[in-house]
Amino acid sequence: MNDFLATLINGISLGSMYALIALGYTMVYGIAKMLNFAHGDIIMVGGITTFTVMQYTNMPPWVAVLAAVAVCTVLGVVIEKVAYKPLRGVSSLTVLITAIGVSYLLQNVALLTFGTENKSYSFSFLTALNWQINEHLIIQGSTIVNVVIMLVIMVALLLFVHFTKQGKAMRAVSEDNGAAQLMGINVNATISLTFAIGSALAGIAGFMYIGTYSQIGAYAGTMPGIKAFTAAVFGGIGSIPGAMIGGIALGIIEQFSKSILAQFQLSALADAIVFVILILVLLIKPTGLLGRQIKEKV
Amino acid sequence: MAMLEIENIYVSYGMINAIRGVSFTVDRGEIIALIGANGAGKTTTLHTISGLLRPKSGSIRFNGTEITRVAPHKIVSMGIAQVPEGRRVFSQLTVLDNLKMGAYIRRDQKEIAHSLQTVYGWFPRLKERQNQIAGTLSGGEQQMLAMGRALMSHPQIILMDEPSMGLSPLLVTEVFNIIEEICKAGTTVLLVEQNAKKALTIADRAYVLETGTIALEGKAADLMNNDRVKKAYLGE
Ligand SMILES: Nc1ncnc2c1ncn2[C@@H]1O[C@H](COP(=O)(O)OP(=O)(O)O)[C@@H](O)[C@H]1O
Ligand SMILES: [Mg+2]
Repeated sequence: MNDFLATLINGISLGSMYALIALGYTMVYGIAKMLNFAHGDIIMVGGITTFTVMQYTNMPPWVAVLAAVAVCTVLGVVIEKVAYKPLRGVSSLTVLITAIGVSYLLQNVALLTFGTENKSYSFSFLTALNWQINEHLIIQGSTIVNVVIMLVIMVALLLFVHFTKQGKAMRAVSEDNGAAQLMGINVNATISLTFAIGSALAGIAGFMYIGTYSQIGAYAGTMPGIKAFTAAVFGGIGSIPGAMIGGIALGIIEQFSKSILAQFQLSALADAIVFVILILVLLIKPTGLLGRQIKEKV
Repeated sequence: MAMLEIENIYVSYGMINAIRGVSFTVDRGEIIALIGANGAGKTTTLHTISGLLRPKSGSIRFNGTEITRVAPHKIVSMGIAQVPEGRRVFSQLTVLDNLKMGAYIRRDQKEIAHSLQTVYGWFPRLKERQNQIAGTLSGGEQQMLAMGRALMSHPQIILMDEPSMGLSPLLVTEVFNIIEEICKAGTTVLLVEQNAKKALTIADRAYVLETGTIALEGKAADLMNNDRVKKAYLGE
């Protein structure tokens, strides 16, 4: 029972991080209709920023998170301006290949500046938050922080897109970019804002990554990026609640597959499960759990 | 000086030259009809005026200002609104939110509220359904919403792309009556229609578009008696 609960809780913790990353994929896809494959690497940049501030200054953790958010926001907006904006209106395959190029660029810059080795760091304030439920069951501080951050951000985003003028404009652009322009909505500005929000969330996810794994390296963004992308597809790409449900579901599925596969000495296969899920979703229900059929323009 | 001047524009989609040297003018206070068969280039013309498409050459001036390369959202701010073909209401948003999107460029809440009352005056059905999700409206209601939404920007000129499309004859008459009223209330109208008979009935002047060029132009009343128009567009 305790094992089951522990696995479940770990899954929710990991899933909260995936959910936050999936939000970035899903919002950018909803507005700009592109898959930003460099999104995972922005998490890595957020993680490295967090690490650097914590390791080399005496600043408190919240300053490190704020720095990660600031760096990632600027980075996301700049990448969009420099790499994606000139490609507006060209084939989506071209944009996808560009995004993969940006991803490699970020990884290689990180390898050059940060080094090839992963570096360790653990937040003492997270350990202080560890919560002993009973003899066998402990809820990690990082779990509590991950879940709280994810819930707060989810509520804030839903309030934003449903109740503010800018948020409604975002939904309008997401549904019909041409009609939105006819309302006087500046679509380029809306796309920039979306990249800013998505990348800011990736910055926070970078902090979560260190909180969860106590280390960071140049390739740290790859797996969480791919898993969160799967989560976004699973929940229905373009849907904000879908990103949350997909993220949590994927985190739980991953943890349970790991613990089951471990009994057969096969835990290395756990990551493959994610791809099996991605393929299954794409085969069975390409619009995901909460996704809407995307109307093809005639 | 005409309010809107289109001068010798050429617009293409890749290799397809959809508009080839179209010129026309719209004066303040007029209803101008742009009629033509399916594929003649009517929507392309309106999209080019709104800035969604860029002409290869030629010029578009609004109140004397060149707007040919101005971004669509700025063109709306200058006072040109469009009711797009097929309505294109935001189906996930409520009726009220759709109308507020129409007023996106405006800041003065009092004036926006005033426009909202004006729109509700023309389309009482929209008021009854203001909290309904727009995607659940009937076709006629969506057309009214699309018109109301465009009016919410308080435009000087409103471009309407086939507002009668897919509506019952009764609703078509209602929509055309409202278009006349909108014009009387001070908004200039550029009306694109395949329903030439109806359009010519309410228009002051009209242009006939055939495969990307203006084939005929004149007073609407004269065009209604033109043999070529009668034969090709009025089914007589
Ligand atoms: N997105 C597009 N891509 C390629 N060709 C187009 C596109 N839109 C319209 N066309 C072509 O341009 C011409 C004019 O179309 P359009 O302006 O929609 O005509 P209308 O509104 O009068 O029916 C047609 O031949 C049409 O096939
Ligand atoms: Mg058309």
